[in-house]
Formats: sequence, structure tokens, C-alpha cells
Amino acid sequence: MRPFEYRRATKPSDISAADRIIAGGTNILDLMKLEVEVPAQIIDINPLGMTEISEIDGGLRIGAMVRNTDCAADARVRRDYPLLARAILAGASPQLRNRATTGGNLCQRTRCSYFMQPEARCNKRDPGTGCDALHGVNRSHAIFGASENCIATYPGDMAVALLALGASVEILGRTGTRSVPIGDFHRLPEHQPAKDNLLEPGELISSVTLPPAMGGAQIYRKVRDRSSFAFALVSVAAAITIADGRIRHAALAFGSVAHKPWQDPAVETALVGQEPSLKLFAQAADLLVGKAKAQSGNAFKIPLLRRALIAVLSEATNTEA
Amino acid sequence: MFGTFDSPDQRNLLDRTGQGIIGKGLDRPEAGLKVTGRATYAAEYRPENCADGVLVTATVAQGKILQIESEKIEALPGVLGIFTDKLMLRRPAQGTAGRAPAQDPRQIEYHGQPLALVVAETFEQAMHAAKALCITYERHHDVPYDPETAPSEPAEKPIILGDLDEAMANAAHKVDATYETAGHASAAMEPHASIASWQGDDLTIWGSFQMISHNVKELADALRIAPKRVRILSPYVGGGFGSKLGISHDAVAAALAAKALGRPVRVVLTRQQVFTTIMRRSETRQRLRLAADGDGRLTGLGHEAWVSNLPQESFAEPVTQATQFLYGGENRKLCVNIARISRLTAGSVRAPGEAVGMQALEAAMDELAERAGLDPIELRKRNLPSSEPGKDRPYSSRMLAEALDQGAAAFGWHERQPKPCMTREGEWWIGLGVASAARVNMLMPAAARVRLEPDGSLLVQSDQTDIGTGSYAILGQIAGEMLGVPIERVRVELGDSELPSGAGSGGSFGASSTGSAVFRACEAIRDRLAHRLGARSDRLDLRNGIASSGERSAPVAELLRGYALEEIGRIKPGKTQIDYAQASYGAFFCEVAVNAFTAETRIRRLLGVFGFGRVLNQKTARSQCLGGMVWGIGSALSEELSFDLRDGRLMNHDLEQYHLPVHADIPDLDVILLEERDTAASPLQAKGVGELGICGTAGAIANAVYNACGVRAYSFPITPDRLIDRLPEPLT
Ligand SMILES: Cc1cc2nc3c(=O)[nH]c(=O)nc-3n(C[C@H](O)[C@H](O)[C@H](O)COP(=O)(O)OP(=O)(O)OC[C@H]3O[C@@H](n4cnc5c(N)ncnc54)[C@H](O)[C@@H]3O)c2cc1C
Repeated sequence: MRPFEYRRATKPSDISAADRIIAGGTNILDLMKLEVEVPAQIIDINPLGMTEISEIDGGLRIGAMVRNTDCAADARVRRDYPLLARAILAGASPQLRNRATTGGNLCQRTRCSYFMQPEARCNKRDPGTGCDALHGVNRSHAIFGASENCIATYPGDMAVALLALGASVEILGRTGTRSVPIGDFHRLPEHQPAKDNLLEPGELISSVTLPPAMGGAQIYRKVRDRSSFAFALVSVAAAITIADGRIRHAALAFGSVAHKPWQDPAVETALVGQEPSLKLFAQAADLLVGKAKAQSGNAFKIPLLRRALIAVLSEATNTEA
Repeated sequence: MFGTFDSPDQRNLLDRTGQGIIGKGLDRPEAGLKVTGRATYAAEYRPENCADGVLVTATVAQGKILQIESEKIEALPGVLGIFTDKLMLRRPAQGTAGRAPAQDPRQIEYHGQPLALVVAETFEQAMHAAKALCITYERHHDVPYDPETAPSEPAEKPIILGDLDEAMANAAHKVDATYETAGHASAAMEPHASIASWQGDDLTIWGSFQMISHNVKELADALRIAPKRVRILSPYVGGGFGSKLGISHDAVAAALAAKALGRPVRVVLTRQQVFTTIMRRSETRQRLRLAADGDGRLTGLGHEAWVSNLPQESFAEPVTQATQFLYGGENRKLCVNIARISRLTAGSVRAPGEAVGMQALEAAMDELAERAGLDPIELRKRNLPSSEPGKDRPYSSRMLAEALDQGAAAFGWHERQPKPCMTREGEWWIGLGVASAARVNMLMPAAARVRLEPDGSLLVQSDQTDIGTGSYAILGQIAGEMLGVPIERVRVELGDSELPSGAGSGGSFGASSTGSAVFRACEAIRDRLAHRLGARSDRLDLRNGIASSGERSAPVAELLRGYALEEIGRIKPGKTQIDYAQASYGAFFCEVAVNAFTAETRIRRLLGVFGFGRVLNQKTARSQCLGGMVWGIGSALSEELSFDLRDGRLMNHDLEQYHLPVHADIPDLDVILLEERDTAASPLQAKGVGELGICGTAGAIANAVYNACGVRAYSFPITPDRLIDRLPEPLT
């Protein structure tokens, strides 16, 4: 780990463009120990509060410093947004979730092993050096939206649920506050894989807001190599409502398949207004994976995602095989 | 007394002693210290003025160092020195080597090879400086990286009996299948760590070791000093699983730096360095050929394996070890081929040989049972030879059939559907599987000192290690039982090279070997007490501090007359090791659920039934079995070292990415211990148990997966990607 300067913020404006933020520290500290991240200045935002979950316009505002454990345990979250609670609980371990924050979780970095090994070539870590993952061990990598510069995935669970729930991210900068739909917050690698999301230097996530509860069946399905404490191979977040025997509303998001939580409006459109059936689900899943493109070592993700989506839709609609 | 064990000890003395503690599930005496953090592990000693060292490892796979840019680093705060001594280890020593590993300090032979040590006042300073050290290399690519395409040669002479090809051609039922198992890491909880401190020419190392008497010789050889100058202290070891059998770079580097700096130096490997520089279990490819007659009796058995290691390493994963003695089949071909590749050293990891060999053999047996239309238990029982094939020596003892039968009854094996895809619960296919367990038994040279104090209390001493296995507990129990001393009055001291040499912890031989040395020391003390009582020692009864024989009786303390009685007991393998085929046996029963959609496999129930001679402590033995079964689950479902084929670099080098089973992967495991006396195995009638729990587990799991969803696993671990393409369509 390189020596660095450490300060504690007392107000948001203490944060300068040269600062790196530390919240729970469960990701950035690991990366600093590996020297994947080598910030010269660290600013600790724990003194800033932002630990409340409050009700707004029929929805919820979750402060950026709300710990994952507290968010998943909140009665309103569990009642109205069970998808969110389930996604959080599917991630990491109790110890990590006790530290991890809502803001930090959104900004967690990829688990691509080449990114995590400083001596490997990685455009995300060291722009312009190349991508060793492209022809290397890429079992966990992207099947959607990758570029020749980067095939890494966004690995988190919580953000996938937030995407299906239509959340927004509130960002506090020197010039004021802005709110972006979570689907726009993370970005695809394109020519700039080093940039995970829209945050500009010196900006801070202050909270995440959730629209009014949509009800219906909410499912988070995380497919993984072991039963717990493993990142998703693929994950599916679904919120489905049925009225008069037809799907009235379908919100779907997919994790660990792209550089950002993935969404495909065409799949949702194909479901809405239809009677639930295995045939319909298979069509929707085919539509989704029809656009997927495997890397050298992860072709399995395509059938896996297809089947996981079918399973989730069947479970959400009580459709028996 | 030279102590070779040449003929079976049929006295079963421990069944006639009266203290009643042998075999009891007593707690480990050091358990309280361990669970409250008060047991001191290698890195936790605090000698005065201790500096910290961090190893620097190669970022290329093969080549030479052109330049190490030391100056800038030497000027960093706190830095005391950069060491590149040619005596520093480039690879760990293999188990029981007794000398430093052969190495060429000028060459880089694998990605991650240790190259230098940076020492500073604090760990943080040393770490920073180590990472900042710039090394330039000349790169080569002489040795291949991919074991699949690298040329291979037989590791030793193949065993060929009769004509296997002909047996296959004439077989009524046969299997010819190729299995692949991934490489494994030992992944002990405590990283490799050493603190070195010199007093003149004498070196003290606080370290984490499995086999101290060998480790002393290895260290002395590496440092070019006399073994008597080396003292190792290793009273508590946080797991080894083979990775601490031989010394590693931390100890040698710490010793060299400490000498040069004139102050103690501590070197702790990072978790990543433990993964990338210590030991791997080789990946294997195994071709199994089974030929059987119409009744399912084996006529031919082929087990050919391909494994890998660095050039010059003698170790080749002994994949066919149990295949040699487990089942019949007069026409045989057993061999292990080794490819020389550039990847970190391959060595002993958790039951080398059987762990992966039994996995494939037992999967193939399941396939044969299906083809022969036999219950898999019946097939196995039909193929238990009366003497070891090819050697015609008897089995010392073998409770395999009993384990299969008792396990079947306890598990409810009769509920198994003979055909796959018969049981579905919601999204999950459910299936049952069985496999045999077998692991060779070894007795190793060992010595131990037992001292009966004037007050009648006991002290047991050996350099035997306790790597979390229960050595402290069982050695105390043996001595207390033999000399009639209540366990509270028995003290056990281990892990110090100044004490008599125990067998060390490895190959499941620690308990029976060092335990036999303790037994023999106690026998000698018993003789002396009997003499003092005026009785024959075979009639001597010792319990709760009272010696008696017929009418005679006296408190032991009185017989001691104010002086201690001390004896060193020794044991060495002798003729019994040659005259008998010795192994521990058992059976695994497993119920799995395979998700019909996502191909995730989860264990629902796992039962192990084991016979390994006398059970010395019900609790520690059971714990060993449970731990082995957890390894087996890892081997079956999740553990896999993943290498970049372009440079042999290990890609998953921490416990987040290398998937050991976690709690949620482990259901309610069950263990049944069968009581057995193996008089040829050791004077204790005990055999090895430490590794038995892994030897075949993964086979039972694979067989259960097949029974569940109809897909045979030929590639391990059985992660979703390896099943998904072959799973039946979930929607029909
Ligand atoms: C072993 C392990 C297993 C894990 N498994 C999972 C898993 O299965 N699923 C999963 O989803 N996650 C998993 N995680 C990741 C974990 O969820 C994240 O580490 C955690 O959520 C990060 O939160 P934090 O507050 O600790 O962030 P920090 O480490 O403090 O920060 C992470 C990043 O976010 C930035 N940041 C933090 N707060 C803000 C803010 N308010 N505004 C702007 N930027 C900010 C930091 O600058 C930094 O770049 C795992 C982590 C580990 C170590």
C-alpha cells in the first residue's frame, strides 16, 4: 500500500477533485493494499451522516451511508421493496454488509482478476495498456455491451435490484445536486473503461431514491459457484405484477453480465399484456440472450441466463413446468 | 531398542488398561486458548527489536533478472535492507525432503517466484517498499504452461499385469472414461510465517511447520549451517494440509536477513503469496478403464493419470495409489505421467493421490454398476480381493464392506431410485450416490519422551506438531491410559525441535506413529513400576495413581520414592509395513439437489462411515472426518485453481476467488466411526484418519449428481458451466 493522506470530511464541500472517498472501506482498502488503487488523498465521509432512510413522495430515500445490513433490515424496505433486501442479503457476508454502504456498494469496482493484479495489462486500471482478459481467464466476464478495450462486469447485487425497482441516484457536486436514473449511472466501457460511472472527481453520492412501491412478485435470483459468499455468475432481478390473468407490469434487470446492471426493455415489452406461460417466458429469454455475445471462456453464461430468467418468471407468476 | 515394528501387536494392551480415557471424546487441552485467541501463532511472537520483511515475487514467468533498482527503495523511510541472497528459496521444500529444494537462484521458473526480501522497521514500510521495488527482466518461454499440450513422461514404472486391452475387448460390461480434476490449494487459515532470531551462531525460528525434525534439516541445509544450530518452535499451527510439510521461503529469508541485520526479522506471506508461491495440487487427467464379467467381477482395471510439476521436482501426484489395492481385476495398467510446466510447485495437498484418484475411480465404478445392472454397493462388495492384487499380501484389516452396509442402513440407501431423473422437487433434481473411501496407512519413525513426575502427574514431550488436528489431546490420552493418570494430571508439550522427534503431521500418520512412541515410552515405565511393585508387567493394573497386581497394591507416588521416571519411546516402520497391505477404509453416502434450471449443485446430506483401527479420541477423529468431507465437497463442487495459459499465472489467489466451501455449502454432515483393531498397523492398533474423509467423497457426490439429473461429471469441480449444456430441458 502506498502512503497516502487521510482526512475526515466535515461537510460535503470539503471534498476536492483530488480526493478519493472512503465509506465502508471494504472495496477501496482491498484495492489499495493490492495497489490497484493508489490514491494520494483519501477523504473519509463517515462524519457526514447520510445514514437515514426516509419517506419521500410515496417512495424512499436511502442515505449514501446507510449500511447494507441496515438497509436490508429496514421494515419499509422489506415490506415494499423486498427485491432490494434480498439482493443485498445475497451479497458478500454479514461482516462485510455491516461495513458496506449504499454509496460504496454502487461504486464497487469490477472483480476481473486482471484488473485486480497490477502486473497484468488492464485498460480499466491503467488506460491504454491493453486487456489481458480478452484472451485470458474470462469465465466471469461480460456477455453484453463489452468493448475490445474491456470485457469486465459490474459485479454487485444491490444495484441490479435498484435498477429493476426504478431507483435514482442523487449526486452532490460543487455546483449542486443532480439526480440520475440508476440505469444511466453506471456506464458501458466503450473507449473509456477506466470510468465505471457518471461521477466526476469531487462528486459524492448523497442518497438513492426509490419510487412508490410497485408491489407484485419480487424475486432476486443469484446463480453462483457456491451457496454464499460468491459473486454472481449471472443474476436476475424481477418485479412482476399480474392483473386479470395477464402480466401488467414487468421490470427486469440482470447482473454480472455487463459493465453495468443490464436491462432490455424489449424483453419487458414482450411480456407485458401477455398471459404467463412457459412458452412466453422462453420467447422472452430467447429475445434477451439473442443479443448476447460470449467471450472465449464464458459461453455458458448465455444458456445460464436464459434458464435463470425462465425460472424467475415461472416462480414470479406461479407457472408450473 | 531400535523400535522397528516387525510383527503385529496382538496384545491390544489399550483394551486392558483401566483408566478408561482412551477413545473418549475428550476436549483438546489447548482448545480454550485457541478459541479465545490466546494461543500464540508463528507471526504473533514479539521478540524485541523485530523488523518486518516482505517478499518480492516475479512478475514474469520465465527468464532472468537484469536489474534490481535498489537505491531508490533503500532510501524509503524505515527500509533496512533489500536481500537477494542466492541461498534464499525460490520454491518450497517437498514433504520429508530433509534438505533444501534444488534451485537455480539465477533463473525465474514460474510466475510469482520469490526473488527478494525487503526489510523495514514496520510491516507497512516493508510492504510499500517491496511493491515499489523495480525489477527488470529478460524473458524466456522455454517451458510450456499448459499441461494439456506439454509433453509428458511416466513418473515411475507403470504397473502392468496381464493384458488390459484384451480384458476390455472380452468384457461383458466395461467403462472407458476420462476424468479431469482441477488443481487445488491447501488454503490453510494461518499463512506461512516465520520469525528468525540469532543468538551468535544459533538460530531460533518461530514458524508454522508440519514436520519439525525434517524442517530443521531443510533449514540447516538451506542456510549451510549445522542442524544443531537450528531451533524451531511451532507449538500451534493454523492448518497445513500439506503446505507446511517442507520449509518455505519465509523461514530462509527471515533467517538470512536477521543474520545480516543483527536483529530478529519476521516474514509473513500475504494470502496471495501463499497461493502463488507455496504448493498446488496438480490438476489431473485420468483415464479409467474397467472391464467386468457378466457378474460384475472386474477382470481388468486401468488407471492412467497425467499430472504436472515444475522441471526437476520429484513429486508427482500419486493418483493411482489406492487403485493398486482397492479392487480386484487381474489385468491391470496403472501409471502416472508427468508433464513439466511453468507453474508454481506441485506438492502434497490434502491426501495426495487418493483425494483425486478415488474421485475418478469411484465415479467410474458407478458407471460400471449401471452397465452391469448391479447396485453400486453390491458391485463394490463383489470386487474386494482377498489379498492385494499383484502383491498377494493380506490386508491388515479392512472394514469397507461393513462401512458400505452400515452406511446404507443408516442413510436409507434403499430409497434410491435406480434410474436418474426420477425425483424432482420444484426446481431441483434429487439424487443419491455412494462411494468407497480408502487411504494408504503409513507408520513413520517417531520418538517421544514420557516423564512420570514424583507426584504422579505426567509430562509427554515430542516435536510432533498439532496442526489443528488434536495431537495434544490424543498423546495425553494414550499416556494417561497407559499409566493410569487422570487426564487433568497429564501435560503435553509439542512443536519444539529440542524435544524428541515425532513423526510430524502429514500423510495421516502423526497420531498412530508418535502415539506409538508415547505408548512404548509408557510401556518401559510400566515395566519399571511393575518391577518395583514386585509384579509382572503384563499383570500390572494402573488407574487413578494406584498400581495393583493381584493382592499387591501401592500408590504410584510411593513407588516413585520422590524421583521421576522418564523414558523415551521409539517406533520405526518394520516388516508389518511390507507384509500387509495397510489402509484405512470407509464409505460415503450423499444426497444432492441439482437445480434443473441453473445447474447449481447443492449437498443435502452427506454421511461418512469409517474404519481406521482404534479410535483414539471420538471427538477429534470425528472432526478429522468432517473436515475431510468438507474438503471433498470443495473438490467436487467448487475448488479450482485457475491459471492463465499464456504465462502460468495463477488468477484466483485469494479466498474470495478460490472457492472453498462456505458454511452454507455444508449441510448436516454425519459420521459413523467403526471400532476396529488393526494389530499390524501400530502397537495402538490404530491407523490414519486425518485424510480419509476426502478420499472418495467427490465420487459419491458425482454419482449422486448423475442419479439426480442423468449427467455424468467428467470434469471437476462440477460448477454450473460444466453441467448446463447437458442438463435435461427443464420445461418438459
Ligand atoms: C470478499 C468480498 C465479497 C463480496 N461479495 C459481494 C457480493 O457477493 N455481492 C456484492 O454486491 N458485493 C460484494 N462485495 C462487495 C461489497 O458489496 C462492497 O465492497 C461494498 O458494498 C462497498 O461499500 P463500502 O462502503 O465499503 O465502499 P468503499 O470501499 O468505502 O468504497 C468503494 C468505492 O466507492 C466510492 N464511494 C464510497 N462511497 C461513496 C459515495 N457516497 N459517493 C461517491 N463515491 C463513493 C469509493 O471512493 C470507492 O471507490 C464483496 C466484497 C468482498 C470484499
